[in-house]
Amino acid sequence: MAAGRGRRGVLPGFGLAMGFTLTYLSVIVLIPMSTLVWKSAGLTWAQFWHTATGPRELAAYRLSFAAALAAAAVNGVFGLLLAWVLERYAFFGKRLIDVLVDLPFALPTAVAGISLASIYARDGWLGRWLEPAGIHVAFTPLGVMVALTFVGLPFVVRTVQPVLRDLSPEIEEAAATLGAGRAQTFLRVLLPELVPAAATGVVLAFARALGEYGSVIFIAGNMPMRSEITPLLIMIKLEEYDYAGATAIALVFLVASFSLLLLINVLSWRRGGARGVAA
Amino acid sequence: MRRRRGGAPVPWPRRGAAAGAAAAPQAARSRHLGESPAVRWLLIGLALGFLVLFLFVPLLAVFAQAFAEGLAAFAAAVRQPYTLAAIQLTLATAGIAVPLNVLFGLAAAWVVTHFRFAGKNLLITLIDLPFSVSPVVSGVIFVLLFGARGVLGPLLAEHGIKIIFALPGLVLATTFVTSPLVARELIPLMQAQGDEEEQAAITLGASGWRTFWHISLPKMRWGLLYGVVLCNARAMGEFGAVSVVSGHIQGATTTMPLQVEILYNDYQFAAAFAVSSLLALLALATLVVKSWIGRHHT
Repeated sequence: MAAGRGRRGVLPGFGLAMGFTLTYLSVIVLIPMSTLVWKSAGLTWAQFWHTATGPRELAAYRLSFAAALAAAAVNGVFGLLLAWVLERYAFFGKRLIDVLVDLPFALPTAVAGISLASIYARDGWLGRWLEPAGIHVAFTPLGVMVALTFVGLPFVVRTVQPVLRDLSPEIEEAAATLGAGRAQTFLRVLLPELVPAAATGVVLAFARALGEYGSVIFIAGNMPMRSEITPLLIMIKLEEYDYAGATAIALVFLVASFSLLLLINVLSWRRGGARGVAA
Repeated sequence: MRRRRGGAPVPWPRRGAAAGAAAAPQAARSRHLGESPAVRWLLIGLALGFLVLFLFVPLLAVFAQAFAEGLAAFAAAVRQPYTLAAIQLTLATAGIAVPLNVLFGLAAAWVVTHFRFAGKNLLITLIDLPFSVSPVVSGVIFVLLFGARGVLGPLLAEHGIKIIFALPGLVLATTFVTSPLVARELIPLMQAQGDEEEQAAITLGASGWRTFWHISLPKMRWGLLYGVVLCNARAMGEFGAVSVVSGHIQGATTTMPLQVEILYNDYQFAAAFAVSSLLALLALATLVVKSWIGRHHT
């Protein structure tokens, strides 16, 4: 809000900083990204449709979408729980845990990928218990979901935590004074306040999971039609020098990502708006 | 547009988010406002169970398997020539990409926070854009542009310039993926700090550079350091985008994460985890610095 309080001209450097920013963005981001659109403009609509909606492609979209959605949902529930526990309760090791929640942001995805693959392998730490029980994680869509859950873990925690921290205790006190039980207070008073933040976190986790590659490919087994995610399919097309195929799928994926970006902005805008009214 | 804490939520937590509120609230809370101890411990247990399963076990597994064949095997794996080359390449790539993104972050944050202009929200969206692109797609766009069959491929071949399957491609892809990180850290910080001091300095006759070096930079130094640390962690750990442009030539174009992939697919599990453990240490160090800055300098 404090931005730009001074009229342009008080502080120097607008031309230089703006020039550098725009040049940099053009060279690193905009020109490379426009290549994708340009390359796909070289395809006819029929070609594009044919390559982007083949059975293998559709199976990959389905898996990517469903696994990312499931992972985001798991993270929605447990993210809310984690944020609650970290903000409201005192227990041993809380501060360390609060720091480690961000690990999926900092740990290279390939490292997470091979670690998860080895844990859920037949002779792995968890696989040796799960496999005899008939739960197959490695090389199945379930494995994809597990990896995506790891990747998206911090988002909901980090969007809900500040809201929970800023919640004024008066509303809970008012609810209790008016005779609401604890569960009722949570469901009817607290949860409605937390849901918008949690929803933003879920969409962020979903968007991140949709494009994720490194942590998934090791545990997925990558069987076409069964456990092959969309980013991997793009990679395979590229390695086969099928540029048209790679371009078409990448474009479909990019459009999906941008729609999500739009949704995130709308969500945070509505959240900001609602908050403004409440304040 | 109203935004909480100075910015839209981004796929990276804001500084201080991890600082954690101390135990203050519930001590003051009267008893009927809190949950019964049984409920409390049940919730803590569920939350910790989830974390153990999805976070701690994978992290421990990296180190356990790195040393599964003993310290000597670990040392030998890390000292393999290909691994050493990968470490060198990772340092070189991050060594170029991070400073570039620091310059970009400083310039972008300066423009966005200190001036009014049409299209500011569009500019902020463009800065964030790489966050919403799948890492693989990020790599693909550079192959489409500079690859042998790419738009500029023939031209580059004519002049003998190699970008894809070489260091420049790795640097470009890494720079693309990590470009929003420093800017994203600095913009909310500089917005919160305002520019009164800078205005005073300029009014008193200091030059623009002098103001920047002596006022702006010291003011934002912790935020900048934090941005650099994050950007570096992501640059060194980037996998998807780099994997597309690398060509996987061992000893020449494989960064550490790519070397991990090659070793793992080659069934050299202990070696793969040895290299992984170095990257995991980097991640842990990043988190330590992050929480330290969050606790002492916000």
